[in-house]
Amino acid sequence: MNTHINLETPSPRVEFWAGARDQVPILLGVIPFGLIFGALAISVGVPPLAVQGFSLFVFAGSAQFIAVGLIGEMAPAIVVVTAIFVVNLRHALYSASMSPHFAPLHMRWKLSLSWLLTDEAFATASNRYHQGSTASAHWYTLGTGLTLWTAWQISTALGIWLGGGIPASFPLAFALPLTFIALLIPTLVDRPTVFAAVSAGLVAVLLSSLPLKMGLLIGAVVGIGAGVWMDRRSANVER
Amino acid sequence: MGLAYGWTEDLLMSNAEIWLIILGGMVVTYLTRLSFTVLVPPARLPPAFSRGLIYIPPAILAAIVLPELLIIDGQITISATNIKMLAGFLAAFVAWRYKSVWLTIAVGMLALWVLTNL
Repeated sequence: MNTHINLETPSPRVEFWAGARDQVPILLGVIPFGLIFGALAISVGVPPLAVQGFSLFVFAGSAQFIAVGLIGEMAPAIVVVTAIFVVNLRHALYSASMSPHFAPLHMRWKLSLSWLLTDEAFATASNRYHQGSTASAHWYTLGTGLTLWTAWQISTALGIWLGGGIPASFPLAFALPLTFIALLIPTLVDRPTVFAAVSAGLVAVLLSSLPLKMGLLIGAVVGIGAGVWMDRRSANVER
Repeated sequence: MGLAYGWTEDLLMSNAEIWLIILGGMVVTYLTRLSFTVLVPPARLPPAFSRGLIYIPPAILAAIVLPELLIIDGQITISATNIKMLAGFLAAFVAWRYKSVWLTIAVGMLALWVLTNL
């Protein structure tokens, strides 16, 4: 991954297009997800403009699915917005992880890059910040985020247009977990990171019946704690 | 992701209420994304906090992936009949061995297709 980056500080233009290129394979997983979202929202009865509005303004895959599901069940607006907030709480972890990298940037950059901080853009940008010179890596993050944003808009629009033409058991939907696997494996670099991932995954599986993806959030927090614990333990052993 | 949906239904919720949800959803989502990059500057955070940052990507990605592979119809399913698990583990091996996103997705989808049609 990120094979387009060498050790010297690349120009903004090179970084931007490297970010865009590294996001392209991820789109294999994102585009089917966008198609299904568009089609599902239309079938629930959400007007086409509002369906696109979700993708344009909320721009958060799983939260959009849950929101549309709740709208279909006639849940009150405050319940739907609260659900979106809880499902997207994990973005605070992305924000925390990116904060040291964004710290030297101008406020304009912080505001725009934060807007683009989705699962896929975060994972891709995070891998970039762990290799080579990162002086222009914000351009990489912008390229990767804008590529994802554009693909999400187009695939939502296509889904609205195709509507019920997309079968419910669309096997291409499996491409999304596969892209997350491809992004997960390079983050496993030592024993604490492996321990963090295994703990997080197991807790998320055990708590998967909790509503609003709470299991995912609790699993992630437990995993981060497990990683820190293992890190401290090995540091003590070495002493 | 076994989504089931049928024909378009008549929605009783008003257009204005749906746009209110979109606006509210936009605000709460953007706030979570701004939480530490803008709202709480990193300098104000305790040092212990920064030690945890490097474990965020592996923890969150594993918490997303593992339930997708092991939960079938709400049940933890660890058996040879769970083709998502088998295809996912094969894809993980490919990701580790060849470090290619394209190849990981291609092998995973191919494995799912082959196992479905066996």
